[in-house]
Amino acid sequence: METKVDEDEHLRGSLYFSPQTMTSTDSGRVKNEEEFVDVLEELMHSGDLGHALRTFSPSPYNGGPPCSAADLPKAVLESQYLRYVVQEIATEKALSLEEVREEASVILEEMSQKLQMGFIRLMAYMLSKVLKRILTGIHVNTEGLNALKQAVQESPVILLPNHRSYLDFLVISYVMFTYDIPVPVIAAGMALSKMRVVGEIISRSGAFFIRRAIGSDKLYWAVLSEYVKTIVRKGFAPVEFYVEGLRSRTLKSLMPKLGMMHMVLEPFFKGEVYDVTLVPVSLSYDRVLEEFLLAQELLGIPKPKESTTGLLKARKVLQEDYGSMHVNFGRPMSVRHLCRGKINRGQYNLVPRDLPQKPSGEVQACVSWLAHLMVRMQEEGALISPWSLMASLLLQAPAAALTEHGLPWHQLAERTLRLRKLALDFGAHLNWPGKVPEQEVMSSAAALHHSLVRLQAGRVHLVQGEEDEREDPRRPEEDVTKAAVPMLMLACYRNQCLHVFVRPALLAVAIHVTKSVQRDELFAFFCFLRDLFANEFISIPGESSQDFEEACVLLRTCGAVHTSEQEVTVSDVGLEVLPFLQDLLQPFIDSYQVMFRYLCKDGVHVVSEKQFVPAVRNLATKLILSGELHTHEALSSDMQKNVFSALRRLETLTQLKASELNEYRVNKAAVGQISDILCGRIPPQSLQTTPDAKL
Amino acid sequence: MYGCSNLMYCISEHAPHSSLQEIMKWNGWGYSDTKFLFNKKGQAEFTGKRYKLSGMIIPALKEWMEGTFGTNMQHKSLATPALTRTAVQPPTLNEAFVEELKSTGVPFSHDAEDRVFRAHGHCLHEIFALREGKVGRVPDLVVWPNCHNDVVKIVELACKHNVCLIPYGGGTSVSSALECPQEETRSIVSVDTSQMNRILWIDEKNLTAHMEAGIVGQDLERLLNESGYCTGHEPDSMEFSSLGGWVATRASGMKKNIYGNIEDLVIHVKMVTPQGVVEKSCQGPRMSTGPDIHHFIMGSEGTLGVVTEVTMKIRPMPEYQKYGSVVFPNFEQGVACLREVARQRCAPASIRLMDNEQFKFGHALKPQVSSMFTSFLEGLKKFYITKFKGFDPDCLCVATLLFEGNREKVLQHEKQVYDIAAKFGGLAAGEDNGQRGYMLTFVIAYLRDLGMDYYVIGESFETSVPWDRVLDICRNVKARIIRECKDKGVQFQPFSTCRVTQTYDAGACVYFYFAFNYRGLSDPVHMFEEVEHAAREEILANGGSLSHHHGVGKLRKAWMRETVSDVGMGMLKSVKDYVDPNNIFGNGNLL
Repeated sequence: METKVDEDEHLRGSLYFSPQTMTSTDSGRVKNEEEFVDVLEELMHSGDLGHALRTFSPSPYNGGPPCSAADLPKAVLESQYLRYVVQEIATEKALSLEEVREEASVILEEMSQKLQMGFIRLMAYMLSKVLKRILTGIHVNTEGLNALKQAVQESPVILLPNHRSYLDFLVISYVMFTYDIPVPVIAAGMALSKMRVVGEIISRSGAFFIRRAIGSDKLYWAVLSEYVKTIVRKGFAPVEFYVEGLRSRTLKSLMPKLGMMHMVLEPFFKGEVYDVTLVPVSLSYDRVLEEFLLAQELLGIPKPKESTTGLLKARKVLQEDYGSMHVNFGRPMSVRHLCRGKINRGQYNLVPRDLPQKPSGEVQACVSWLAHLMVRMQEEGALISPWSLMASLLLQAPAAALTEHGLPWHQLAERTLRLRKLALDFGAHLNWPGKVPEQEVMSSAAALHHSLVRLQAGRVHLVQGEEDEREDPRRPEEDVTKAAVPMLMLACYRNQCLHVFVRPALLAVAIHVTKSVQRDELFAFFCFLRDLFANEFISIPGESSQDFEEACVLLRTCGAVHTSEQEVTVSDVGLEVLPFLQDLLQPFIDSYQVMFRYLCKDGVHVVSEKQFVPAVRNLATKLILSGELHTHEALSSDMQKNVFSALRRLETLTQLKASELNEYRVNKAAVGQISDILCGRIPPQSLQTTPDAKL
Repeated sequence: MYGCSNLMYCISEHAPHSSLQEIMKWNGWGYSDTKFLFNKKGQAEFTGKRYKLSGMIIPALKEWMEGTFGTNMQHKSLATPALTRTAVQPPTLNEAFVEELKSTGVPFSHDAEDRVFRAHGHCLHEIFALREGKVGRVPDLVVWPNCHNDVVKIVELACKHNVCLIPYGGGTSVSSALECPQEETRSIVSVDTSQMNRILWIDEKNLTAHMEAGIVGQDLERLLNESGYCTGHEPDSMEFSSLGGWVATRASGMKKNIYGNIEDLVIHVKMVTPQGVVEKSCQGPRMSTGPDIHHFIMGSEGTLGVVTEVTMKIRPMPEYQKYGSVVFPNFEQGVACLREVARQRCAPASIRLMDNEQFKFGHALKPQVSSMFTSFLEGLKKFYITKFKGFDPDCLCVATLLFEGNREKVLQHEKQVYDIAAKFGGLAAGEDNGQRGYMLTFVIAYLRDLGMDYYVIGESFETSVPWDRVLDICRNVKARIIRECKDKGVQFQPFSTCRVTQTYDAGACVYFYFAFNYRGLSDPVHMFEEVEHAAREEILANGGSLSHHHGVGKLRKAWMRETVSDVGMGMLKSVKDYVDPNNIFGNGNLL
């Protein structure tokens, strides 16, 4: 008999270590016991057409009669909840009920998925062709698939993949179709629906569309949430959405969005379903199709609008080799179990459940906690490629070495192998083929990324963009931007493995900056960093001591530190490991300092994000040219926006009420203080943050 | 502490031969002569002569039990046949109290069997312990007052000598209300009201009757029937439960749609408390005289005093009664139909909706009518294939109906209800099915004893819930039970089922049954209680009430504060503190 304590420990454990793979944490060695099957290889046996025409008869939740796609909008429009909202809006805007209702059905029409099996099959056929061409394998964990198959029959399932490529949701649906699991209903960005043919195909494959900036459109929000909740309540099909909200341009996890998460959880909170099952899905790409676009977008070179013709132009993309990818379905997690003791479901007892209501603080905290937890689970399920380790090391090499005389291959190879050991010590999930000689693994990783690195005479060189044909001499600023492209691409690949090292790295920085061995001092600085970088490195609200503890355990495991009740001291091994970890975070620290420096400049009193991004980019470019700044990451709009959100969160930027331009007043003293703490000039005070989730 | 040796000569002072105690089981439900058993041929049989089902063979029960619980006829868990007197703690007697009691002439006893008989209700853990021959704290003395004045004397003496009193009516409690508090060090006296069982008068002009509170339900109806009247109050326990018990627990009867629940039926109550007798001065049908003091009494669960006399509404006996049943393709449709019936306020005397599991269970209890016998499942298949084409036997559910009144109106009413049912896909399924449904109500309690002979333990519990949550609560609570059992290592999936048994304007009363095979579990009762606790948590989380009519007792009192709020709790406490400052009525229920 399992006691409650055991269950909690079990749960606790699963937060930090993927239980499917982690067999022993003490030894630091992780045995990868999981079996992955290659979907593409299986396809060889059935043939694309045979695959597309295969019998598809998944068993849905409840074994209940499938609710047709056409019944959904009707159920939504007739729902009591929507009637309340329509009434409210009609009163507010002095419209007739019919007018508002009509508006609602237009929204619904625009949003609705129109799942048709024929289209699924067509998609399956097309995808078979495309995927086989660009990928050498799609590896799926069989255990996860089987668990998912089971879970789908027991309660409504929410699939929560990370979002790294346009391929993400296509691949998931493809895999589910192949393994006879009900194809999910997917929340897709509205932009896709505007692509003429593709939009239609996507919607008929079971996607529904949501506008990006819903903001305060009350009716839209209501229709969307009732639509999603109806799907969950009916157990119509698994619901799939990106908890990160957007595709990550940095290949690093994003701060989760809570709106959709709340929608899918509410039917459980209100007792309309017995349970909801969350399935985090980790998609890991050896090489991302959009890699070149990523850097461009981050540098503010506008991204091409998603259009069908644009997609066709992407044909060039289809001629490349992108290696293989892994789809790791996480262990299905019961929301009922996760929320035990966190939610009092009785809070809905005294008002009609359909009445539109602002969720209570307790509910918001719980949704936020779950959303962050899911991101952590995605990270834990990710497979780290050898290339990601190599990219991390390349970024730490002197810039000149990469661009001018090249880095000796043997040096990179040797350091990569050492890093591999560290990653394994930290419980990473590596995608390192065991049967191939190590050297070959690394050289083929480099070969796959020929767009980024070139191996020449035993040295690794960074590939600079094609030489411009233009005669006139470029401005030095343009050179900086150009040089930044491969650097940011490398950073993206580094980011794929960042989550493995980030907690020990924060501790390493704390040790370095504070020069202290006292646990409490280190913990204070650790918390400061964790808070400041909350938008960069996703951590679970309210769990800073667990994170600190984890960092200590991991550093002890790899022999880098000795720990006692009061102290954390660096060992000989640590002298080697800790600098690497510090360097891993240095670009972030340096970039943040640049932005703080900008905000503290004279003349800057009020900023908006719109003007902040280019202004900071200018300053960073100058500093790079003058040799003061060694990282190009300060140029990344992603990081710039993160700093902006961090400062808003820390209330050093406060919104001007009167401003329509989203302008913020800068509290220079506070920014200066953060900057001083970050470089160790003054000890950390507890920063004012939004109150942690009540847990 | 007084030893009892010097009192041995007077083990019982004119103790009445309590008729019910003689003919009832000491460690199970109901009459000693009535029980389910498997006969030598291995067929289930219902013994005795008291019920329609008595003396009949129930051919499908064995298969149903084996299929539902995984029981095996070879694996028995039989009860200890007789009470071992040495297992009963010697009584702690308050000699001064006993001496004075003797002088009043009120009969009493400290015989072990008498005391054990009044030390329990019918919770699973109580019966389970008795079957194992285990006896915990029991009353030290039983007294049998014969009238209101006897009770007044007993209460006065109890106050004088600081003795703890626990009123006892029919002993059908399922809330641990009769259990003696472990921590009670005073002498505990069980006040058995069974001798106060007379109808004192019938007022035909106002249609009321005045009774002593110890009268048992079936006697009350029988006696009133002789004069052409009835109360119409028919809780499932009415064969054994008493009028005073109904008042003390806020009881509800099956036919409340016509006659009302106990709070609607009571016109006047007399209760003896440590502060004296509480009652109203007149019999006005409704009063605006501050908070209704009857509502301090109803639901007080024996914590304030002993209810001695009650005036109740009576009605002329119905001219015509008709049973009926409707089969629905699924539970959702059935609930929708009941909701519509409630909306139109045309509920028959009784309307109950059983879920699919209970529907099958009902079938398993069909007695053998001819020598021809097909298996349970085949019979079921035949039944619905011939009659209800297109209904899935694993989804369909059945509503049982009881109409009462003037013949013409009954037929009219019946048509109205069947028309509504038809709108929800319901098909009439005959009077027999309906009648059997209600008969099973009385018989089902005996079945638990049979289950317990074969490692099956179970219990029912109830709640009331707003209409829009009925389906959700049914699904979630049943699922919770199954999940909890699974997590706790029960091998065979439990029997987890429900029925909607009462309809109201704003909601319904839902009854759950749950039972499982405990073979191989080390502490089945503890596990059972954990599951029951989890099920109640689930009910509360889904907007259900703590209890519709079983009461709180000690079993559910942990949830009282969150149920009535801190202030509400304070209000109840202050009443208790005033009425019974020395906690003479110390059964520890409710608060």
